[in-house]
Parts: sequence; C-alpha cells; structure tokens
Amino acid sequence: MGRIFAGLSLLLWALFSCNSSGDRISFNTDVRPILNKNCLPCHGGVKANGGFSLLFESDAFAINNSGKPAIIRGNARKSELYQRIIHQNPELRMPLDANPLSKEEIAVLKKWIDQGAQWEEHWAYQKPIMPSNLPVEQHPIDYFVERKLKEQGLTPSAKAGLETLLRRLSLDLIGLPPKKEWLEQMSSDLTYETLVDSLLASPSFGEKWASMWLDLARYSDTKGYEKDPHRNIWRYRDWVVNAFNRDMPLDSFTIRQLAGDMLESPTADDLIATAFHRNTMTNTEGGTDDEEFRVAAVVDRLNTTYEVWQGTTMSCVQCHSHPYDPIRHEDFYASYSYFNQTVDADLDLEVPVLEIYPPEVNVEMEELMEDISLLTTAELPVFSNDPYRLKQFIFPLLMPYDATDFENVSFYRDGSVTNWIYNLQSMTGKRFRFSFSEIPLAGLKGIKIKYESKGGDAAIEIRGQGADGEVLNYSLFEAPVNGRGVHEVAFSKSELSGKGLFFEIINTTGNIPEGMVIIGGMELEYDSPSFFAEGVREKKNRLIDIRRQKGDRTPVMRTKSKDYERVNRLFVRGNWLALGDTIAPGVPMAINQQKEHPTNRLEFAQWLVDSDNPLTSRVLVNRFWQEIFGRGLVVTSEDFGTMGEKPSHPDLLDYLAVQFSNTYQWSVKKLLKHIVMSKTYQQASKIEGSDQVDPDNQWLSRGPRLRLSAEQIRDQILAVSGLLYDTLGGPSVMPYQPEGIWQSVYNGAQWTLSEGRNAYRRALYTYHKRTSPYPNMINFDAPSREFCVSRRITTNTPLQALALLNDPAFYEAAAYFGKTMAQQGKGDLEAALRYGYREALFQDPDEEEIQILMDLCQNAEAEHPLTLAANVLFNLDGFLTKE
Amino acid sequence: MNLLDEALFERYQLATRRHFLKACATGLGSMAMGSLLGATDSKIPHFIPKAKRVIFLHMAGAPSQLELFDYKPLLKQLNGKDCPPSLLEGKRFAFISGVPQMLGPQANFAQHGQSGAWISDLLPNFSKMADEVCFLKAMHTDEFNHAPAQLLFYSGSPRLGRPSMGSWVTYGLGSMNENLPSFVVLVSGGKTPSAGKSVWGSGFLPSIYQGVQCRSKGEPVLFAANPNGMSVSERKRTIEAINQINEKKYQSFKDPETLTRIGQYEMAFKMQMSVPEAMDIQQEPEYIHEMYGTEPGRASFANNCLLARRLAERDVRFIQLFHWGWDSHGASSGESLDNGFIQRCKEVDRPMSALLKDLKQRGLLDDTIVVWGGEFGRTPMLENRNGVANPFVGRDHQTDAFTIWMAGGGIKGGISYGETDEIGYSGVKDRVHVHDMQATILHNLGLNHEALTYQFQGRDFRLTDTAGKVVKEILV
Repeated sequence: MGRIFAGLSLLLWALFSCNSSGDRISFNTDVRPILNKNCLPCHGGVKANGGFSLLFESDAFAINNSGKPAIIRGNARKSELYQRIIHQNPELRMPLDANPLSKEEIAVLKKWIDQGAQWEEHWAYQKPIMPSNLPVEQHPIDYFVERKLKEQGLTPSAKAGLETLLRRLSLDLIGLPPKKEWLEQMSSDLTYETLVDSLLASPSFGEKWASMWLDLARYSDTKGYEKDPHRNIWRYRDWVVNAFNRDMPLDSFTIRQLAGDMLESPTADDLIATAFHRNTMTNTEGGTDDEEFRVAAVVDRLNTTYEVWQGTTMSCVQCHSHPYDPIRHEDFYASYSYFNQTVDADLDLEVPVLEIYPPEVNVEMEELMEDISLLTTAELPVFSNDPYRLKQFIFPLLMPYDATDFENVSFYRDGSVTNWIYNLQSMTGKRFRFSFSEIPLAGLKGIKIKYESKGGDAAIEIRGQGADGEVLNYSLFEAPVNGRGVHEVAFSKSELSGKGLFFEIINTTGNIPEGMVIIGGMELEYDSPSFFAEGVREKKNRLIDIRRQKGDRTPVMRTKSKDYERVNRLFVRGNWLALGDTIAPGVPMAINQQKEHPTNRLEFAQWLVDSDNPLTSRVLVNRFWQEIFGRGLVVTSEDFGTMGEKPSHPDLLDYLAVQFSNTYQWSVKKLLKHIVMSKTYQQASKIEGSDQVDPDNQWLSRGPRLRLSAEQIRDQILAVSGLLYDTLGGPSVMPYQPEGIWQSVYNGAQWTLSEGRNAYRRALYTYHKRTSPYPNMINFDAPSREFCVSRRITTNTPLQALALLNDPAFYEAAAYFGKTMAQQGKGDLEAALRYGYREALFQDPDEEEIQILMDLCQNAEAEHPLTLAANVLFNLDGFLTKE
Repeated sequence: MNLLDEALFERYQLATRRHFLKACATGLGSMAMGSLLGATDSKIPHFIPKAKRVIFLHMAGAPSQLELFDYKPLLKQLNGKDCPPSLLEGKRFAFISGVPQMLGPQANFAQHGQSGAWISDLLPNFSKMADEVCFLKAMHTDEFNHAPAQLLFYSGSPRLGRPSMGSWVTYGLGSMNENLPSFVVLVSGGKTPSAGKSVWGSGFLPSIYQGVQCRSKGEPVLFAANPNGMSVSERKRTIEAINQINEKKYQSFKDPETLTRIGQYEMAFKMQMSVPEAMDIQQEPEYIHEMYGTEPGRASFANNCLLARRLAERDVRFIQLFHWGWDSHGASSGESLDNGFIQRCKEVDRPMSALLKDLKQRGLLDDTIVVWGGEFGRTPMLENRNGVANPFVGRDHQTDAFTIWMAGGGIKGGISYGETDEIGYSGVKDRVHVHDMQATILHNLGLNHEALTYQFQGRDFRLTDTAGKVVKEILV
C-alpha cells in the first residue's frame, strides 16, 4: 500500500511543480525578481545608465537616451530591452560584464512584454488614503469588515456574552483578568465605554503593551553571546511601560527611541529611550574582535528598525540587492550610515552609559554640587548630553570614560582607559584615541596623568581643538616604580584658546606588554587654580567615589564627534572585512519616492514618522490589530514587501493608518478604543459553520479566540490566586525557577529567588537571560530576544501541559487559591468549587462541570482536595484561552 | 517496507486518525492528534533515506585532533622550534600572539583495525572500533571562537537565532513516536556549551521543534514530576477532569485547538510515564553498565551514552550529547593537554566505544548516524597567550583543520577521508566544510539540504545557509 501512495504523491508532486507555461506572467512574482537581480544595479533609482531605470513604471516606459522607450508593450521583438538581453555582441549584451540571463529568464521577460508588459506597483509603497463615503451611522471598522463578509458569503456572529466580553477586554487592554465588581456595576452605572476608558487609564495598560514592544526591541537583561553576562537596562523597559501609560504619541515614541540623544537638550528619559538600540548583543568573550561585533550590532539595528517601522526585510540586502523588493545592495549601506556613527563599540563596559543614582544619593550629590559651585570662582565648562552635570563638577579632574568620543581604546569600571586590547592581532594600523570636546583651553598649563605601565615604550600625544589640531605635548611614559606613576605634562605654549582636548596613546616600539598603558584620572592645571578652593577637592573626590559605588549605568546612544567619524563603506557580499565603495546616507528610493534623503539618525527617525512615509502608520496599526485579533490585517506583520501577504482588508488598513497618524495624532489609546468599540471586536468567538470557509478567522465573522501569551498565563494565575504583587517598574526579578537551569560558561551568575513578594511580580519583570530564558516564557512561545520578532507563533504542546500541571510555581498558586476557595466555601465543597470556577473563568460552571470537580475532590487522596481542583481550573482550555 | 514507504504509511495513518478524531470528537483515550512531540505531522522525506535517527556526540571546547587522530610525525621533529612567520601571516587566533613554538603530538600513535587508522593511545577502547567509523580529517570551519563556531556547527550560522540541526530534522521528518520528544539533548561535564541552549533552539521555527533537554540528574524533563505527594492515579484523575471539561468546551466552541489540547494532556500523561522509564538506566543489566562504565544517578558522559542508546531504541529522532571541558589552552591544569585533556579522553573513550558496539549488536547502527567531533581544531603551535608561554601545555583554536568521525546510517566504515598538511595545520585534500557535513547528514536522512527551507524575514532560510555539498565519497 505504501508504494501506491509513493506513486501517487510523486504524480502530485509533478503536477504541482510543473511550470504554468500557458498562464499569464506575473510582474511581481516572475518579472521583478529578474529585474532586481540583474538590471537594478545599473538601471535603478539614482543610477540610471543610458537614462533608463526599472525602479518605477514611469521610468521603465519613458523615452531614454536612445530616443525611444526600451519596452514596447505587446511586442518583445521591437523592445530594446529584449534585443539587448539576447544580443550576440558581448559589448552590447545586457547585463554588461556579467553572465547572460538564462533561457528561462529571457523567456519570462519576452512573454511578459508580449502579454502587454503589465506593471504592478506594490501596494505598500503607495501612501494610504482615507477611503471616501464612510457611512455615518455605522462604525467604520464594522463597515469594512461586513463588506468583506458579504463578499465571502459569511455573516457576523452575535455579540459575545457580557462576561466573556469583559474578560476579553480586560485581557486585551491590561493583560489581567477582569474584576467581578465590573459585572455588578455594568448593571447600574458603568457602561462598556466607561470601562474601556478606565482600563486605558490603568497603569497595568502600559505593562501589557510593553510586552509586545519588548519583543520588537529584543529587550533582555543580559548581553548575549558566550558569556551572556548581566546588562543593566531595565530602565528602558520601564520607559516603554511609562510611554504607553502616558499615551506618548507613537511618532514621538519613535523619535525618542531612535534618536532621543540628538534632540535639543535631551532629558535623562530621552537618553534612556535610546537604549532601544542598545539592546543589541555585546560580545564579551576573550579573543573576539570588538569591531566585528560592533558591526553585527549596527546591522541588527538597521534590520530591526526596518522591520519594526517599515515592515521591510533588509537582511537580504546586506549581501545582495533585494530579490523581490526594489531595494538595492547599496541601499542597505546608505541606511547603515545612520546607525554607523554612534560611539558605542562592543566594549565590555558598554560605554556610553547614563548614570542614575538612588534618590537619597541624588540629594547628597546635589548638595555637593551646590557647595562646589559656591566655592569655585572659576567658570565651569558646560557639558552637553549630561543630565546630571556631574562632569562639570568634578572638573578639572577628567575621568577617561567620560570621554566624548574614542577610537579603539577600552575602558575599565574605575573610569580608566587603555590601549591593552584583548585581540592583539588586530592592533596593527589602529590608532588609540579619546577626546573631550568641551574642555576650555584658555589658561591651561599642563596635565597630571595617573597611569599604570610595565615599560617605557608608551607615549601620549595631546592635541588641542581637534583631532588634527595643534600638538600641545608629546611625551613618553617613564617606567614607573611599582608599575604605577603620575605623568606630569607641561604645555610649552602659554596662550591657548578654544576648546577640546584630544589624546592619543602611542606604542612607540610595538612591544607587548611594554607599550601598553592604563590611564586613570587626569587633572588639568590652569593658571588660576580657583577650582580647588579650600574643601573643594574633598567634595570632588566624594563625587567620584559616589559614581564608582552608587552609579547605576544604562547603556545609551551617542553620536560620534566629527573628529572620529567612521567612513561608511559598503561590505562586498555582506562581508565586513571586504570593504567596498564609500556610501552616503540615504533611504531606499522605493519608499522615499520624491523627497530628499535624511542626513543623520534624527532626520531618519523623523522621516519614518513623516506623513509622506507610506509604510509606518500601516505597519504600526497592523501590530496593534494583530495583538487583539491574533493575526494582522497583513498576516506577515514583519514583511509588507512583495513577498509578504497582501492585506485581507486593504481599505480598512488604510482607514486605520490614516485615522491613527492623522485624526488620532498617533495616540495608541485612541486607536485601541476605536477597535474595541467596534461590533467586530465584540462578536462571540464560537465557531459555527464558518470553520470550513474561514478556519483562521481571516474575515472576522467571529470574535478572536486565542491562547493567552506566556506573560498573560503567568499573570492570570497569580492574579486569580491572589499572589500577584502588582507594582510598577524596577530591576528585573527572579521568581521560582527549577535548579540547574543556568549553566553558563565563564560566568558565575546565579538565579537567586527574589525575596518576599517580588517573587510574584508580573511576567514582564522576570529576569530575561538570552542563552537561558525563563523556562515558562519559551515554553509558551516567547522568543529568546536575540533578534527582533514581530509575531510569536502559538504552539500547543505536551510540555506546556506538563508545566501548567506540575511547575511548583503554578502549583503553589493552586494551593494558595485552594485555601481561598475553602474559606469562601465555608465548609461547603460545592460552594467552594463554584466560587473557584467563577474567579478563574469569570463565569459560572454548569451542573456537569461542578459534578466533574466534585467527583475529583471527593475521591482525592490529597490532603487539600481544593488544591487539586485549583490545579484543574488553571489547566482548563477556557482559562488558558481568551474567548 | 523501506523507510520512505514507512514514512508514507505513518502519514497515511495519522491523516486517518486525525479525520477520525475530528469526526467523532471523542478525544479521550484515543491517540493524540495534531502536534505530536516535536512535530505537527509525520512528513515525507525528499528521497529514500538511509538512516532515520542521529546521535551527535559533541565535545564542547574542541578537542585536539593532533593528540587523537591526525598523526603528524614531522610535528614531533619540529617540537620546540619557533613557528615560521609564513604560517602566521594573515591568520587570526584567539590567543596566540608574537611567535609561538611548534608543539609535537602529546600522545603515542599506532595503526588499528584492517583499515589501519591512526589512533592515539589516549583512546584504547575506541581503537578497537576503527573499522566501524569514517574519519573526516580535513574538516574546516569559519569561526575561531567557541560560541559562534558551535552555532555554525549546529545552526549553519555563527549568529544566534537560527534553528539547530535537530530542529531542522524534526521539522523536515516529523516524529517517530508518540510518547517521547523527537529531539532530546543530554549535557555532561557540568556546563552547557558556550553557545548556550541556542545550539538546540528552534530559532524561527515553531517552538515545538526545539530540543528538549533531558537531565540525568533531577527531573529528566522539566516539570514531568508530579507535585509533592501526588500519586499517578491522582494525576490521571485530574487530567481526566481537565479533559472532560475541555471536551464540553469543544462541543460548545468547536475550536480545533481545544481538541489538540485534549490530546496534548493525554500525551503529557504518557510522557510522565515514558520519560522516566526511558531515562532509568538502572534497568540495564550489569554487563551493560560494565561495558559503558556507567554509574546511575550521575550526570556523566557515560550515562548519557547509555541513555542515547535507550532513546534511539525508542525511536527518538535526534539525540544530541554535549560533553564540556575540551578547551585545552594550557592556561590551567584542567584545560591542558597534559592533564584535563587526558581526563576527558578517559571519560569518553569507553562509553563512546560501547555505544557503537551496543547499537551494532542491536541492529540499530544501520539506520542511526553517529557523529563525534568538536566545533573546530587546535593549532600545531604551543599556545603563548599574550606572547608568554602558558603554565601548562596547550594549543590554541584553529579553523582550518580538524577531525570528526561518523559511523552507521549509510556512512562507510573503516575509511579515512581528507588529508591535512605535514603538521596538521590546513586541509590539503578532500576538505569538508561544516556546511558539507550538515548537508551529508540531512542527505542520509532523506532530506535535500537545499530544499529543506523555511521562510523568515522575507527570506528562505536553510540549515546550510547558502553553501553545503553532500560528501558522496563517504556514503555506502
């Protein structure tokens, strides 16, 4: 029998793989890939050799330098394009200096032209337009949905029952189960709309929606790669929670995360927002090349940005032009330049960082700073990008890790800098430099430099005003006694002006370790030493001590200074060691049709949320829709390109996109309210008759019925059992995790159960380790957060059943809930079970269900049968599912 | 029936079962439908397979080929001499700097078996298995640090986030059994490999394809043990209660996911029985323990080898072992060729030889591919970290030449494929890249590595990235 089947399947195989030779050629699936691969490099966008471009329809059919169009619709033989690809003379044959097209490719192009050369513009690159003639009396979402339902021969479902609806609404908006008071209030003064408003105003709202965003931001409490050590970046997570709670408009939300540091006088919050892109991994393994992993981080920033805001897959373009979308290889590196000019460089210390102190320490620091400013008569320099003005007040002491910018050097936690780089092979040809661009030079006489070194082969060169400015001093470090010393530099020139000190460490002999040096605190000497009035030095030292001990450092973004700007070059075939041409900043022509290109990261962020960008509002609206309905209007929420799915409801998507960015001014709360107020959202989710026609509920003839997310499952169990410690923000916590899960190499980090109620926080706050994520997060399909993930794929596995049945953390909650049930039942088992069922599922059990639970408890061997009943409740389909 | 027919037959059976379940919706007590452990469906391979399962023995940290299989008499003569500059130009090392010295083999070699394979005296038991295995002596890779090299080895890419080989295989072929996971991972040596759990992660494939780590100490599968004091019959009754209420839910909502959930709870219950059973090596007779050198209750490589055989017998598709501690730089005694390395050899020699013998005597070697190797090789030079000789004898990482061996499952035994130069620094003949090895393993399982793809971020991804060539010369 097996053989018969084998034969049959081979036949089917043959049928399906057979080329549909009689059919129409499709431009997007058949023709565009050929053009993108072979023609666009010379005939696309900026590069239009021979005045001929194939990026847009208007160019492709326009008269080119030859005086006529290259494509004559319906006649391949008369078309120059066709003649040139089959030309016998290699000097005329296209593509020039490359292999000719294959026979199949030529046949496709010929047929396409003969069939009339129908061009298909890709829908997503056209700006969304508000559909006209919207009905007044009907909710626009329902109008669009019902129109599609009619086309499909489907009808909408009835409204869901009140209990089901309230539970759905609560899980959707705040990620927690509903409260029973709502039901009582609904019968008196509370309306559905006022409930929606109060949920939107709840602080739990931000926690729910942050979960979605943190997958995109690939947020994690560790740095990734082999050692995967701790990273202090929870303040970014809290920033996201607060931004959603404050309903920060998404355009501003976007600009702050991508370029908050470039805003005029950014606040500490604006800088923390930029940690969005400091969530890339940092490799701290010994022997790795920092530049290799800096490049990997920049590539990831670019890919992530395009995926999150443009639904565009850039990762293929790293190595070659996009096979399907009109995006060229060069476009990758043009956009790469926006992210290539930041100071961070895969260093273990993760500079630049923003230091934040506990409130009581802040008070002390403020007092110290006040004292210093009263005692110091000289004018202190003004440092930008420093919300705490610390550097100002320890001035004229310079701590190297406060450097505005640097190249190739590395820093230690105590603030020192070194040219001692682990990967010694890669030192040749590199310059080891760091600079302080805001230091005033007038009156500067010399510098006292604390250092450690083994030999006398290291020198320092100090320049003023710029990396190529005047040399103020060049001197060798002497071999110090006991390895440590103070190097005193006196400037010969008396009259200095302007600002900026530029240091370069030079290994004069190339010897290792003789030519290595560690430079600690540097004290500038001015001719009027009024920085150190009586008592000032002490206070400054105290400030430095506080920094070392109390500072909590969040990695943030900072733009490189002009002096050390990187040359932005193309990587040949995506290889970071094979550098190609220099590439100027720019965005893909296909998305940016007529406008000028942004020139830096801030302008790029602004371009993303500009009203002319066709993608951003659609892509973002689709993400919120996906979170509510389980699938986006564009199912491939990560890919709006030609290979992605087309929208199921194009008019609805465009309507929501314009409504969101325009009418609602990017307000997420308004958008969500609009969605949940629709009848479409409020439908019952029973599958009645539509399962054959619409198994995935693409046409929305019923409400969403979806398994809860990993976060919602934990949060709901804690909330229902009464264990939940519902408090906002703070460092990540470690709830119960079985022993022996963390076994990282070269890393002593331990999972230590959080004390007291902190072990019962919402899942959002669970410590996330990339190489060993919390078991029940991954078990329920949360990603490991190495890369941006737009969609979680929901699975249904026996391992999930085992966790829900047996995880001691869940079972503890069942025991706790069992006790409450017993108290509520006051000795009556049935009453206790009815109470428990109602609390867990937000509805009453029927007689049969009560009987099943009664039977279970009455036959239980367990000392506390209600724990068993609670264990059952926490495993029910109706409990694990949003209905 | 050959293996292809078998796969087709299974698929046919499953489809029937699914239909039956859907139509009757009585779920309880019948076979679970939908997502089996590690597979949504039984699948048809691309062509007739020679093997149906894989046992991968990974020596994490990368063992030195020059002390085990790649015998280089010339290197003995060069011992202690400065490394010529020509060998250092354009090379990137993890730790070697300046001019290192050459280091001769730190073990004695002899030829073994009819094939005359060179094997060192550090592996006395394994020497007797020489005619069963195929040595690939000119393996090469692109990555010289552990984590990226291990990722490349198992996921085809040095970066985190791609599916691992076991995930690809179970995605491509589905599961062969109904009460055990189809991709099981066993770790010994006290630490997980450098690249962490990503080497058995499912990347962008659905999470059902990820490897399930079974632990030889503590609970074999996370959360498989019932909460304190709960008996099997009590657990059975709770699951029945859950499924009875869920069935009512299904009748009311008709959501197929509910039906799948009912099946998965059945399956979970079976796993609670079958996993501890499969993992209980105490059931083995004394002579088997003697053969493997096992001590029940320990987390050892020997125990894991025996477990691998038990799992293979129970038709687990992909069994992945990691043994940590092979990074013999010479920076410490534990990580040196003169101490830690010898210890590691002792730990693996008997069990891995026993595994081959045991699989063979049970007729399992014919359709099981066994692979042994590390993520890269070691340099013929003595490591001199930061230009100074290390306190113990060791070698640095090297990507250009290392040895792995493969056996069973359609691989020729008793041959050696590929050659390195006279000091074992680079492959000079029949080089095999990591991607080629992956393509070959997939091939013997009946999968075309170029056709086994999954779309993610707009691109079709595959295990072998954009490369890989089946090494036909080593196939039966």
